Amino acid sequence: MDYTEEQIQRYSRHFLLQDVGVEGQEKISNGKVLIVGAGGLGAPAALYLAAAGVGTIGIIDGDVVDYSNLQRQVIHFTADVNKPKVISAKEKINQLNPDVNVVTYQELLTSYNALDIIKDYDFLIDGTDNFPVKFLINDACVLAGKPFSHGGILRFDGQTMTYVPGSACYRCVFVSPPPPNAVPTCSQAGVLGAIAGMLGTIQAAEALKYLTGVGELLTNRLLIFDAKKMTFRTVNVKHNPNCPVDGDHPTVTQLVDYEQAACELKKH
Amino acid sequence: MSKIIVNGQEQTIDTTSIQLLDLIKLNDVQQPDMVSIQLNGEFVLRDRYETTTINDGDELDFLYFMGGGQR
Repeated sequence: MDYTEEQIQRYSRHFLLQDVGVEGQEKISNGKVLIVGAGGLGAPAALYLAAAGVGTIGIIDGDVVDYSNLQRQVIHFTADVNKPKVISAKEKINQLNPDVNVVTYQELLTSYNALDIIKDYDFLIDGTDNFPVKFLINDACVLAGKPFSHGGILRFDGQTMTYVPGSACYRCVFVSPPPPNAVPTCSQAGVLGAIAGMLGTIQAAEALKYLTGVGELLTNRLLIFDAKKMTFRTVNVKHNPNCPVDGDHPTVTQLVDYEQAACELKKH
Repeated sequence: MSKIIVNGQEQTIDTTSIQLLDLIKLNDVQQPDMVSIQLNGEFVLRDRYETTTINDGDELDFLYFMGGGQR
């Protein structure tokens, strides 16, 4: 790949990194990452992946920007209120780095479209706010053999883990979605905006590590942090033989749309 | 008395053993549905919380569902 003078400057800090270099940057430039949800996690992840020069960034989100998003969804600005989130995100990515090809999907990820959409990507980032879609992403990635980064935030806490085929998946740890309304979401319980930035940035780093093959991914480990105490803990997790999707006797063999908490559906 | 480790922290229990569901309550978990539990590195099925006994030296991780991120 021939770099222009501008690109040589743009990616110079990656070129300088011994583990990345020109070869790693080329892998990043050829990489395709799908971000599910252009919200609190997807916003910082998209910005860092765009800045890094990821060749193709797909963004799927059916929502429009709301004033209540601006406290943490740093890719959307005040002037974007009422604009589809995927359009707002695409505009910022293009301004930040015109090298990036942005593919937008202004819809929800469902059992009908998931496999068709994810097939074009190397790595997925789960930036969703609800369990039905978190489980859908997990199952689609396990069934299609796609790596992804799980992320969740609430109040002052965050958790994340990375899946690659063969490692413990989200269902190995959490088996099945909690009953609707049992677990509060950010829209009900609140979240410190910077927490979203911390976690989304970790997810972006995992995507870049996966693309470049550098280091050890957060596989078979769940990273949990408590920003009130600013403590980080990694819990080793292993593949669960009782896992419904990749255990010894799988019961989930096709994608399921779990019921969404009613209050969430009413919100928009 | 028995000593167990919950989320990396030592806890002392007055008895020699305790049912997992009672330990969940002791740890102020309001809804057992909200927590996934690893006992000595193996996940405990949610419907076995009532029948699983925790003994001296056991290590547990309480892992909570965390949504959030998009809206």
